[in-house]
Amino acid sequence: MEVVQMQRGLVDYTKTLFMECFLDAQFLQLQQLQDESNPDFVFEVVSLFFDDSEKLLNDLSMALDQPSVDFKKVDAHVHQLKGSSSSIGAQRVKDACVTFRNFCEEQNIEATLRCLQQVKHEYYLVKNKLETLLRLEQQIVAAGGSIPMIEMGFLKTINMKGKHDSGVVYTVETYGVFCDSTSIRSL
Amino acid sequence: MFKHVKSRNFLHNFPPFFFLGLEFGSVFREMNSSSGKVYMSTASSSAGWKAGDAAAADQFPAGLRVLVVDDDPTCLMILEKMLRTCLYEVTKCNRAATALSMLRENKNGFDIVISDVHMPDMDGFKLLEHIGLEMDLPVIMMSADDGKHVVMKGVTHGACDYLIKPVRIEALKNIWQHVVRKRKNEWKDFEQSGSVEEGDQQLKHSEDAGYSSSANEGNWKSSKRRKDDEDETDERDDTSTLKKPRVVWSVELHQQFVVAVNQLGIDKAVPKKILELMNVPGLTRENVASHLQKYRLYLRRLSGVSQHPSNLNNTFMSPQDATFGPLSSLNVLDLQTLAATGQLPAQSLATLEAAGLGRPTGKSGLPVPLVDQRNFFSFENPKLRFGEGQQHVNNNKQMNLLHGIPTTMEPKQLAGLHHGAQSMGNMNMQVTSHAPQSSQNNPLLMQMAQPQARGQMLNDSSLGHAPRLLSPMGQPILSNGIAANVLLETGFKKISEPLVIIQFRRTLRC
Repeated sequence: MEVVQMQRGLVDYTKTLFMECFLDAQFLQLQQLQDESNPDFVFEVVSLFFDDSEKLLNDLSMALDQPSVDFKKVDAHVHQLKGSSSSIGAQRVKDACVTFRNFCEEQNIEATLRCLQQVKHEYYLVKNKLETLLRLEQQIVAAGGSIPMIEMGFLKTINMKGKHDSGVVYTVETYGVFCDSTSIRSL
Repeated sequence: MFKHVKSRNFLHNFPPFFFLGLEFGSVFREMNSSSGKVYMSTASSSAGWKAGDAAAADQFPAGLRVLVVDDDPTCLMILEKMLRTCLYEVTKCNRAATALSMLRENKNGFDIVISDVHMPDMDGFKLLEHIGLEMDLPVIMMSADDGKHVVMKGVTHGACDYLIKPVRIEALKNIWQHVVRKRKNEWKDFEQSGSVEEGDQQLKHSEDAGYSSSANEGNWKSSKRRKDDEDETDERDDTSTLKKPRVVWSVELHQQFVVAVNQLGIDKAVPKKILELMNVPGLTRENVASHLQKYRLYLRRLSGVSQHPSNLNNTFMSPQDATFGPLSSLNVLDLQTLAATGQLPAQSLATLEAAGLGRPTGKSGLPVPLVDQRNFFSFENPKLRFGEGQQHVNNNKQMNLLHGIPTTMEPKQLAGLHHGAQSMGNMNMQVTSHAPQSSQNNPLLMQMAQPQARGQMLNDSSLGHAPRLLSPMGQPILSNGIAANVLLETGFKKISEPLVIIQFRRTLRC
């Protein structure tokens, strides 16, 4: 019972992350890559992303702090951050990077400083969200449940499919995004 | 050492002579006479491997050996996982230099390479060129950058595809098509053995097919291909048997090739004659033909690339990257191309080249990784040991001369160049004798590794594409080897360069 509630909570939480554009479809790809042979894949990748991004953000701060700013270098860092955030599916971070790069091209110091702040802000937000998400997943697994796989599709109807022995299967449609939660296994 | 994961029955009716000891870079390892190549597994394979030991041909494309290069650890990890999920054998690498040495050590160890465009130690396009010239593997570029000009750069550098990050697994599922396509074209080259003219026909034919996703058939094909939903045709079963042992164009081999081409003249160089001149046992006309095709494409691209100053910085190689070849004498290549296209009278080519090479640069800033004097490969720009004064003089002369040069050379201007060239003349002559020695030298790589990096970082953007790579092959593509020889003797202290050359090229390009 409790597991099911946790699973539902996880799905809801994940849904809001998508709706608010913290995460995008690429994150789903990552989740789908996770399997029995690699049960911690998402956790590992996300951790790697955190480490790498923090380093990049530090480098960016330093680079923008120089008396004479090397915009090429700044741009290179931002480009890298854009690449990794888009690979993770951190949409808002990626979007902030795009804006950042535009200002880099213009070599506008004040604007780029503001962009850096924006990117940092988005990064810490998504970091927080992802950590919460991963924690919820861990709790489910620790309680013997399985992590619901979320698929995105486009449906217009809302269904309640009823109970299975191993848990509740239900489909919910929100704002054109279809999230389907299915139990993978029972324990 | 190497673990045999599986063998592939790609070579069915392969002619026995291909199995001759082509020792260039140990192309063939443990050839199995009935079934061709044996795959070597890499350290990081197997995890998630599901194919087991089934007959390889049935499993294709499972087991495709992919080398993925990206300095971003997050992307690298994700890509590796995705590729494993596609049942490929993945080796990952976060430095271009490491990737290149892995490829060189294990010449037949990989089927395809996926590389990021922006990497700190080497530009992805440069890596692409190296791989194309040395190992002839299909290379897929990827980047978060989807700007048209970057994608175009991928096309002109010979990438067989371009993926935009974030890469989806669907895009990776079909990368095996590039491997098959390339082999199919090589096979076709082989089958069409014959006359000299055919060499050119083949070139054209395989160029169309082989470069179909990059150069010729529609510039946007490669960008379209990144769409996940593209459905691949299935020419699989027959083409999967068409794999043929790959001749690896090592540095020395390529050098011999270039010497032969230069001797014949770029427009007269046909595979048959090149083969005869090279006189390398076991090398076939088809090998030469396909290499010539690539070489021509490279030359053509060099002459056709615009020289926006900022480009330079991207392609610039630091002196530490001695292995990657210097900015080759772009000017020379351009001149050659121009000559080939009939825009320059043939004899002025040599003059111009000599002049160009001798042209010192007032600017400091070209990296000069050039190396051993006896090794006349790669050099970024001919650094000639001229006296300062002389340099200046040359520079001025040439500046003046080249500035107004129209598409075809005017006699007066040529004369002017001659002037400048003559001062080089002596230099040129002296070193000619060194040419033959270089073939006995160690592979370029080894020597390149001794960085004579007396050069400075290239700041001067006029260098443009110099780093376009020819160099790993070492032999500069110089007509008659003159320029190379010049470099040899003088030891390149200075980076002489192409501010002038660039302008020259610019005007000639119409």
